[in-house]
Amino acid sequence: MSNLTFGLTLLLVGMGGTLLTLWLLTLLIRGLTALLPPPKPGPDTKNP
Amino acid sequence: MIDAILAGLKGLAEGSLALDGGSLVMIAIAGVMFYLAIAKDVEPLLLLPIAFGCLLSNLPLSELMHSGGVLKTMYDFGIGNELFPLLIFVGIGSMTDFTPLLANPKLLLFGAAGQLGIFATLLLALALGFPKESAVAVATIGACDGPTVIYVSNLFAGLGKIDTAMVGALAVAAYSYMALVPIIQPPIMRLLTTEKERAVKMPPSSGKVSRAALIAFPLVVTVITGIVAPKGLPLMGMVMLGNFMKVTGSVSRLCKASENEIANIATLFLGLAIGGTMVAKDFLALNTLLVFGLGLFAIVIDTVGGVLLGKLWYLLSGGKMNPLIGAAGISAYPMAARLVQTEGQRWNKQNFLLMHAMGANTGGQIGSVMAAAIMLSVLKGLGLI
Repeated sequence: MSNLTFGLTLLLVGMGGTLLTLWLLTLLIRGLTALLPPPKPGPDTKNP
Repeated sequence: MIDAILAGLKGLAEGSLALDGGSLVMIAIAGVMFYLAIAKDVEPLLLLPIAFGCLLSNLPLSELMHSGGVLKTMYDFGIGNELFPLLIFVGIGSMTDFTPLLANPKLLLFGAAGQLGIFATLLLALALGFPKESAVAVATIGACDGPTVIYVSNLFAGLGKIDTAMVGALAVAAYSYMALVPIIQPPIMRLLTTEKERAVKMPPSSGKVSRAALIAFPLVVTVITGIVAPKGLPLMGMVMLGNFMKVTGSVSRLCKASENEIANIATLFLGLAIGGTMVAKDFLALNTLLVFGLGLFAIVIDTVGGVLLGKLWYLLSGGKMNPLIGAAGISAYPMAARLVQTEGQRWNKQNFLLMHAMGANTGGQIGSVMAAAIMLSVLKGLGLI
């Protein structure tokens, strides 16, 4: 395999794969935070 | 009697007689590293042991890197088998707070753009005539992450595809440039953005994430890495193990040990052993200079990639994204995020970019390890490792 083919393969598959995987992760994080939301603050107990 | 005295004196003189020009240059390089670590505070935790290892292995007739020598033993024990970088990764994971990223997950994309330097440097190194494996090893400096550089380059050294001395040069270049991020990045950030863009005020991030989501996150990332890029699982797995221990809160002793004792011991041994590989006959070569030049190029392109994505985001969001945040999409944590905050406030005193930049910065940590993991898996697919 020539250096040019090797470099372009890594650029396309490597950078493309990194972008795609991280984009997939953002979707999964969105899913996670929607599925497991932070608890809502309880009613203010100081006021009657 | 006189013969015995002369023979004894000859033994004492052997060291000074064996001192050559190359060793003197390497001792001077160790001196420069001592100066940077002590006087300039440039990554002292790693640069100081590297410099001492370099000094020890370049003194005349030094046998510390020979079979059975203490530095060689450290090398074989923890670098030859990748153990020390991975132990440091556990510590990094236990020190990292992914809350800002989980609160605003789209910032993870900056962590991808911040890896552009890896692939651009790979192409440049190949064009300069580096063999494929050496080019990949040099390109990993663009991950802006010392342990990743050591892990990948040592993998190739172990396979006999690159020189062991190159691991030392790559480690020193990676850690030096990581420390120089506050000097390298601001001119690029200013060059690529307008004053109006730099002054964009970002709304405060809610920063609220449930504990359950924080606990699930490292498990999800580990599984995804294992499926997409199994060759990089040791790297990501160890980062996520450290983070998992931190967020569960149920193994605080292990967590504290990971970020203190274990990481410190691994850093000391790793630095000494890496410094030990920097022997004159292998280190003083044109390739070493090229490694340093390419390393600088990699960090510059990382920053360019991040800021350009920030500019694109600025346009697509109707001016709501401050493009400076893109510069934080590298692995130098939390230095790059703090730099974005300082730079943002320089142009708008009301601006608080830190939480957003922290999200991009932790995205950069994941991105750098993911990029290395994916690259290793692609290389395996190509039959190179």
